[in-house]
Amino acid sequence: MAHLENLVLCRESQVSTLQSLFGERHHFSFPSIFIYGHTASGKTYVTQTLLKTLELPHVFVNCVECFTLRLLLEQILNKLNHLSSSEDACPTHITCETFNDFVRLFKQVTKAESLKDQTVYIVLDKAEYLRDMEANLLPGFLRLQELTDRNVTVILLSEIVWEKFRPNTGCFEPFVLYFPDYSIGNLQKILSHDHPPEYSADFYAAYINILLGVFYTVCRDLKELRHLAVLNFPKYCEPVVKGEASERDTRKLWRNVEPHLKKAMQTVYLREISSSQWEKIQKDDTDPGQLKGLSAYTHVELPYYSKFILIAAYLASYNPARTDKRFFLKHHGKIKKTNFLKKHEKTSNHLLGPKPFPLDRLLAILYSIVDSRVAATANIFSQCLRCWVSDLQRPHGAPCSAECFLSCRRTFLPTAFLELPLVCLSPVISSLYSAAPFWGSITSLVTLQLLTLVGHDDQLDGPKYKCTVSLDFIRAIARTVNFDIIKYLYDFL
Amino acid sequence: MMPKECDGPGVRMGILEPRQMTGDCFFSSGQGICSGFQFVEMSSRKLKSNNLKHSECLSQVQRILRERFCHQSLHSNLFGVQVQYKHLIELLKRTAIYGESNSVLIIGPRGSGKTMLINHALKELMEVEEVSENVLQVHLNGLLQINDNIALKEITRQLNLENVVGDKVFGSFAENLSFLLEALKKGDRTSSCPVIFILDEFDLFAHHKNQTLLYNLFDISQSAQTPVAVVGLTCRLCLSEDRSVREVLQKHFNVSKNLRSLHMLLMLALNRVTSSHPFMTAADLMEANQLCSMDSKANIVHGLSVLEICLIIAMKHLNDIYEEEPFNFQMVYNEFQKFVQRKAHSVYNFEKPVVMKAFEHLQQLELIRPMERTSVNAQREYQLMKLLLDNTQIMNALQKYPNCPTDVRQWATSSLSWL
Repeated sequence: MAHLENLVLCRESQVSTLQSLFGERHHFSFPSIFIYGHTASGKTYVTQTLLKTLELPHVFVNCVECFTLRLLLEQILNKLNHLSSSEDACPTHITCETFNDFVRLFKQVTKAESLKDQTVYIVLDKAEYLRDMEANLLPGFLRLQELTDRNVTVILLSEIVWEKFRPNTGCFEPFVLYFPDYSIGNLQKILSHDHPPEYSADFYAAYINILLGVFYTVCRDLKELRHLAVLNFPKYCEPVVKGEASERDTRKLWRNVEPHLKKAMQTVYLREISSSQWEKIQKDDTDPGQLKGLSAYTHVELPYYSKFILIAAYLASYNPARTDKRFFLKHHGKIKKTNFLKKHEKTSNHLLGPKPFPLDRLLAILYSIVDSRVAATANIFSQCLRCWVSDLQRPHGAPCSAECFLSCRRTFLPTAFLELPLVCLSPVISSLYSAAPFWGSITSLVTLQLLTLVGHDDQLDGPKYKCTVSLDFIRAIARTVNFDIIKYLYDFL
Repeated sequence: MMPKECDGPGVRMGILEPRQMTGDCFFSSGQGICSGFQFVEMSSRKLKSNNLKHSECLSQVQRILRERFCHQSLHSNLFGVQVQYKHLIELLKRTAIYGESNSVLIIGPRGSGKTMLINHALKELMEVEEVSENVLQVHLNGLLQINDNIALKEITRQLNLENVVGDKVFGSFAENLSFLLEALKKGDRTSSCPVIFILDEFDLFAHHKNQTLLYNLFDISQSAQTPVAVVGLTCRLCLSEDRSVREVLQKHFNVSKNLRSLHMLLMLALNRVTSSHPFMTAADLMEANQLCSMDSKANIVHGLSVLEICLIIAMKHLNDIYEEEPFNFQMVYNEFQKFVQRKAHSVYNFEKPVVMKAFEHLQQLELIRPMERTSVNAQREYQLMKLLLDNTQIMNALQKYPNCPTDVRQWATSSLSWL
């Protein structure tokens, strides 16, 4: 089938296996076929193309789309109904609630003239979601030919292996077919296939080579590679378009595009920025080094004390409690990690994750790292709006007085406001300053998920918190307040 | 296996176990199926010149064989279950002709011939004239009738009782049940029609709430009213044998005792038969065997990227050092960094988010599994995971991995990770 060969590349053996499995139209085929392989290895594409080209009666259903039993069964029946009815007649919508009804209705629908004496194919894509639906669904589909006594074959497509599907009590074993991953040669062939007509095939092939050189060790997913190829091709062509290099000047072209591709790996590949943003950057020719991805911490602006609260929380999470004395007391004894300890320590706290700490410990550490002794009033936990606003003009570190705070609470903001999440407050502030959002209390830090509350709210011995920021994040924050956090971390002694 | 007898007036509860296929049965049934081929060989020699008829012949052979392999249509020979068959047919005849109530439970591993047995028995039964006019059959399946409500509606539908119009059954569960019981209780031994109930996947019926259906069915079969035969088919009690059969099936076709695997194997070999290659050869069967015995997890590992392979090797080292204790992403990344920093393997120095994406891909493929459900508050880097591959699988997969970089392979085999 020459036509088929042009549509489907590098999958000849799988296409011929499937074709021979299907056999002739009226022949019986295996009751259920299970096709597995990596994502983007062509399972869906080959099955669909083959069934369409051979014009076999088939129904294609995606199990992510039809995530409940009813949706799945109704879609199959209605699509079959469409197939079997003539063009002008509008078939009535069939409803089906149980698998028992499905079998009964299926027998009725397949009695139609156009479906009789032919194998009907039901293709279920992303079949791993069937395991989470009703328990009788998967074994039922595997035996559908026997249960309905009709010529039907169910094809399951998935990237998970069959062993993980098999129910505990066993079931009718399907015919398992493996779609192997594409080799690097195959990938090159397929990717070079969609070269734009303005440029020669060799030019594009050289580009694909460079692309694969950067990305192949990390990603072999054909869909991702195709997307990256399309996105970055304009950058590759830039020197040629500008007239700085000819099509054959591979070295120059490589030097131009390779850092660009490396940057793409850190941004577009990780979906840190969207593809349209990436394209815009290329067009405007801005330096990609100034990109602000989704997880860029430059978006976050915390008030002065909140930064210290966060730093104190990080220290409390990652230092064992017994070492607090050494770090935070003025006259401590010398506790040094001996070489013996260094070699035989099983795992550092940075590998195990943050540990929960009580509020008192947080306060104790906080007082010790903030130089000036601050009164233990509500000021520490919330900064009033007016003081924060004027804080931007005042030098850092001066807390607001008690009277100021109380008067603000009475006049400027009703008390409820202080508990609202920051999003609601930002319109108020943006009218005064186009500035970062407002936040000041530990509750706000929890809302931002920089701290997490561990355990239940109404615990008797007080709430426990955990700091959920990464080391890089807290180092950046500590840098802005001139605090050397590494000196205070036990794991870096 | 002799059936056990239960006490009870006029009730015999038999348990039949289809004997495990012996090697002879296996091969002789296979030969029986393939006998069609010899027939074709003979006829094709006669029609040497006529190419069209040759392909038509081939098409016919394909059709017949596919029906036998795929559709499990009945063929006349029963291999290895003659004793059980005689017993079953006798039991059914006693219900159908002499009005005696009976119940039978047929137990056997998957693919041992239970459904075939009962279908055969019913076919022979229906050939007797007085039976075909009188006896009613009800076929239920545990996969379809998942609760008693649906089961009851199905029974009333199949028996075509008065509350059935077209395909719809009217009335509530209680009404249907009382209706059915009335209908079955009305008759007596001499004048009413015997009913044969066949319950496939019997163990699933036993899981229904209060087991109302089973209770009522067996109750009817005990009391002296409409003669009823209840035939249950299940594989549940043979689970342990089934598992080991499954394991062996994957590897050695000769040792397996399951007829379906033979069907699958022959079907695979049949695929290669075309007009240009009209006869099945030994090579076809061997290739089919190889296809049958592929290790699927090794196939998946074959398609991973180099970074993902490095992560799996890092996890393997962690498992070796900490004796299979669960790990998190941070530990794996740390181990991977030890490899990258040593010996200037700077080509593998990827950013942490890129490594995280590769780690998540492994999770999506279910090669690693979280120990507990992901909670919203937990950081992804610290969630404890487990690797679902063992060391031999990893090393075998690495052998077959295409273009595996030498330093990666060396790292895998080295057991000294603190170097």
